[in-house]
Amino acid sequence: MQADLNVILPEIVLSVYAIVALLGAAYTGKDRMAGMLIWLTAALMTVLAIWIGTTGDSTRTAFDGMFNDDGFARFAKVTILLSAAAVLVLGQEYMARRDLLRFEYPLLIALAAVGMMMMVSAGDLMALYMGLELQSLALYVVASLRRDSAKSTEAGLKYFVLGALSSGLLLYGASLTYGYAGTTLFSGIIEAADGRAPIGLLIGLVFVLAGLAFKVSAVPFHMWTPDVYEGAPTPITAFFATAPKVAAMGLFARVVHDAFGGVVADWQQVIAVLSLLSMFLGAIAAIGQTDIKRLMAYSSIAHMGYALMGLASGTVFGVQAMLIYMAIYVTMNIGTFAFILSMERDNRPVTDIASLNMYSRAHPGRALAMLILMFSLAGVPPLLGFFGKLYVLRAAYEGGLAWLAVAGVIASVIGAFYYLRIVFYMYFGEEREPLETGRSPVQWGFLMASAAIMLLGIINMFGVETMAQAAAATLVN
Amino acid sequence: MDNLLSITTFIPAIAAAILAIFLRGEDETAQRNAKWVALIATSLTFFVSLFILFQFDPADTGFQFVEERDWLLGLKYKVGVDGISVLFVLLTTFIMPLTIAASWGVTNRVKEYMIAFLILETLMIGVFVALDLVLFYLFFEAGLIPMFLIIGIWGGKARIYASFKFFLYTFLGSVLMLVAMVAMFAEAGTTDIPTLMKHEFAFETFSVLGVQIVGGMQTLLFLAFFASFAVKMPMWPVHTWLPDAHVQAPTAGSVVLAAILLKMGGYGFLRFSLPMFPVGADVLTPLVLWMSAIAIVYTSLVALVQTDMKKLIAYSSVAHMGFVTMGIFAANQQGIDGAIFQMISHGFISGALFLCVGVIYDRMHTREIEAYGGLVIRMPAYALIFMLFTMANVGLPGTSGFVGEFLTLLGAFQVNTWVAAVATTGVILSAAYALWLYRRVVLGDLIKESLKSITDMTRREKAIFAPFVVMTLLLGVYPSLVTDIIGPSVEALISNYDTALAEAETSSRFAAASQ
Repeated sequence: MQADLNVILPEIVLSVYAIVALLGAAYTGKDRMAGMLIWLTAALMTVLAIWIGTTGDSTRTAFDGMFNDDGFARFAKVTILLSAAAVLVLGQEYMARRDLLRFEYPLLIALAAVGMMMMVSAGDLMALYMGLELQSLALYVVASLRRDSAKSTEAGLKYFVLGALSSGLLLYGASLTYGYAGTTLFSGIIEAADGRAPIGLLIGLVFVLAGLAFKVSAVPFHMWTPDVYEGAPTPITAFFATAPKVAAMGLFARVVHDAFGGVVADWQQVIAVLSLLSMFLGAIAAIGQTDIKRLMAYSSIAHMGYALMGLASGTVFGVQAMLIYMAIYVTMNIGTFAFILSMERDNRPVTDIASLNMYSRAHPGRALAMLILMFSLAGVPPLLGFFGKLYVLRAAYEGGLAWLAVAGVIASVIGAFYYLRIVFYMYFGEEREPLETGRSPVQWGFLMASAAIMLLGIINMFGVETMAQAAAATLVN
Repeated sequence: MDNLLSITTFIPAIAAAILAIFLRGEDETAQRNAKWVALIATSLTFFVSLFILFQFDPADTGFQFVEERDWLLGLKYKVGVDGISVLFVLLTTFIMPLTIAASWGVTNRVKEYMIAFLILETLMIGVFVALDLVLFYLFFEAGLIPMFLIIGIWGGKARIYASFKFFLYTFLGSVLMLVAMVAMFAEAGTTDIPTLMKHEFAFETFSVLGVQIVGGMQTLLFLAFFASFAVKMPMWPVHTWLPDAHVQAPTAGSVVLAAILLKMGGYGFLRFSLPMFPVGADVLTPLVLWMSAIAIVYTSLVALVQTDMKKLIAYSSVAHMGFVTMGIFAANQQGIDGAIFQMISHGFISGALFLCVGVIYDRMHTREIEAYGGLVIRMPAYALIFMLFTMANVGLPGTSGFVGEFLTLLGAFQVNTWVAAVATTGVILSAAYALWLYRRVVLGDLIKESLKSITDMTRREKAIFAPFVVMTLLLGVYPSLVTDIIGPSVEALISNYDTALAEAETSSRFAAASQ
C-alpha cells in the first residue's frame, strides 16, 4: 500500500492541494484570492513537472497494474503540467479585467490536470475511465465559466452532452472488451488479443477508439470543437487546445499499444482513416473562418490528424514522433493563444481575423513572432513545426502508410492557405482601426518565447528528441 | 579556414539579425543605415565567396570544403561544393549586392525589406551547398517565406494574388519531394547526399492499382522530385505562377527570382534526379525532352503577344529554362555543360533585363510596352545597355547567351534530332519577341508627351549594370571560364549515370533470362 501511494504521490499532492485550496478559499477570501491561487497553482504544477521530470527513470506500477509510472507517462505528464501552468498564467490578466476570475477556475484546472495525469498513466479500463471523467467534468464546468453569456453556456452544454455521448461509447466498448477478454487490465487484454482478437473484442476496440477520438477531436467526432472553442472564454480555449489534447493523445497511445498491441493491423487502419479525415477537414473547413478562435479549432483538428498519423504507424518510432509532434504543437499553440488573448479594441476582446489589418506596422516585433508561429503551424521549414511533420511522415512511411504520408502533405498545402491569410492581414493589408495589444507583459513573454523556440529549436530541439525516444521505448515493447 | 561555406552562408543571416535587433525607427537615417548594412553584408559575402572560387580545385570531382555536424533525427548538418554547385554559389553572392544597390530607391519599410533579402540570400546559398537531403529541403522551402513577403509587401497592384499563387504552387510541388525524401531516408538509411548518389534505389517494375510502373521505385521518386523542380524551374505546363510572380514582384525581387531562384530547379535535377534515379530519369527522358521543346516554342509564342514588359521577359525566362532542361536530360557532356552555362548566363542576362525594366519603371511607373517608344533619343546610354542584353537574350554570338543555347542544342541533337529541331525554332522566335520589344520601347520617334522629360541612367544605375555587362561579354568570348570548372564534375556525373544505366540493363536482362 505504501509503495502504491509512493507511485501516485504527485497526483495525491495536486488533488490534496486542490481540495484544501477549495475549502480554504470558500471560507475566506473567495474570488479575491483567485489571482493568487492562479499563480500558486501554476507554481505547484511547475514544481511537480520538474519533480516528475527529474526523478526516476524506472518503470513502476501501482495497484496491481492499474496505474503505470513509466517514461511515457512522465513525458506526457511534464508536457501536460507545464502547458497547463503556462495557460493559467497567460489568462490571468485577461480574466481579471473581464471579471471572470473565480477562485474555482485554477482549482478546476488543477483537478483536470490530476485527471489527465491519471489518463496517461492508466493501466486498466477503469482507471482510464476515472481519469477521463475527472478531466472532462472539470472541463465542462470551465467551458461555461462565463455564466451570463449565452455562447459560453452553450459551449459548456454542448461539450457536456457530446462528451457524455462519447463517454457512453467508450464505456460500451470497455464493457465489450471486458466481456471478451475477461479482465479490464491492459496487461490481461493484450494477452487475450494477441495476434488474432475475437470479433467482440474488436468491436469493443472500435468503440473505445471512437470515444477517444472524441477527446482528441478527430474527424468524424470533431463537431463540438469549433463551437466550444468559440464560445468558451479565450483562456479556457487556450487550455482546451493544449493540455487535454496531450493527455488524450497519450491515452490513445496507451490504449492501442498497452491493451491492443497484439492486433496492430486492426487498429492501424481505423487510426489511419481518422488521421486522413482530420487532416483534410481541418485544412479545408478552416479556409472560410473569420473568427480566429474557430480557425484555431480547425487548425487543432488538422494537427491531431498529423499526430494520429504518427500513432497509426504502430511502431516505437511512431509513438516518439507523436510525442514530439504534441510537444511542438503545444508550444506553438501557447504562443498563438498568448497573442489571441492580447487582441482587443476599446477594452473588448476581438477575435475577428480582419482586425489584424496592417498589424505589423504598429507592432513589428509581435507581428514577426506571430508570422513565425503561423509558418510553423503550417509546417514550413526551417521552423520547428516542419520537424514535427517530418517525424510523423517518416513514421507513417516506415509503418507502411506511404499513401497517408502523401495525403498528409497535400492537406498541409491546403492548410497553409489559412495560416498565410493571417500573415496576409498582418503584413499586406491596408490600415484600418488599429488593434490594441500588449497590456500584459506575460502574454508578450510567452508569445516571444514560443516564437524563439520555433526558430532556435531546430538546432537540437532542446533535447526533447532523446526524451521522447526513451519515453516511446517504455510504452511499446 | 575550415568552415568557409558556413561563413559564406550565414553572413547575410547574421546581418539580418543585427538589423532586426539593433536598428530602430523609420526615419531617413535608419533607412540609410539599413541599406548600407545590407550592402556591406552582401558585398562581404561576395568577397568571402571568392576565396571558395580561388581555393576550389576543378580537377577534384568530389565535394570540397566539406563540413559535417550531427543534427536531429539522425540527420546531419553537412555542406560542401563540387564543380556543379560552386558557380551557383558565386552567382548568388555576385547578384545579391547588385540587387541591394538596385533597391536604393525603396522607401517603404526599408528595414524589413533588407532583412527579407538578406535572409533570402542565406537560404539560397544554403540550397547550393547543402549535402544533406533534409538540410537541402529546409533551405529550398524556407526561401518561400521571404519571397512571399517580398512579393506581398513590396509588390504591384495584384501582389496578393501573385504571392499566394507563388507560395502555394511551389509549396505543393515541394511537399511531394519531402515524402520522396522520407522514403529515401527509410530505404537507404541515410540522408547524406554523396552516399545517396552511390546508393542504388530499386528499379524493378511493379504495379500500383493495376498500373505498371516501369523503373519501379526510381520512377516514383524521380516523379516526386520532378514535381518540385519542374515547378521551380519552371517547366511548361506548371510555369503559370512565374509570370504573375515576376510582374508583381518589386524589381529586385524579380531579379533574384529570375537570376537565382529559378536555377534551383536545374541544380536539383543535376544533384538529385540524374545521379540518384538514373533508371527513372532514363524512362522519363523522352517526356522531359518534349516538354522542354514545347516549353521553348509555346512560351516564346506567348511572349510575342505580351503587352507588359516584365511578363514578356518572364515568358522568355521560361523558354530559356526549356533549353536548360533539354540540355540536362540530353545527359551528355555538351548538353549538361551547356545547361549549367545557360543557367549562369541567364542569371546575368535576365537579371539585367529586369533591371532594365526597373530603370524605366522607376521613372514612369508603368510597364506597359505601349507607354514607351523612342527612348533612345533621351536615354542613349540606356538604349545601348538594353540592346546589349536584348542581343544576349536572343543568343547573339559573342554574348554568353549564345554559348548556352548552342551547347544545349548540340547535346540534344545527339539524343533526339526532332527535339533539337523544334527547339531551334525557339531561337528564331526569341529573336522575334526580343527585337520587337526593343523596337517598340527604345526605337522610333519620341512622340509620347510624358516621355519628353525622361532622364537617362544615373551614375548609380550605370555602376549596377557594369558588372552584368562585363560578365555577359566575358563569358560570351571566353566560355572556358565556366566550362573548365564544371567540366570534370559533369564528366564524372555522366560516367556514373551511364554506368548505372548499363548495370541496370544487364541486371534486368539477367532477371528476365533467369525467369
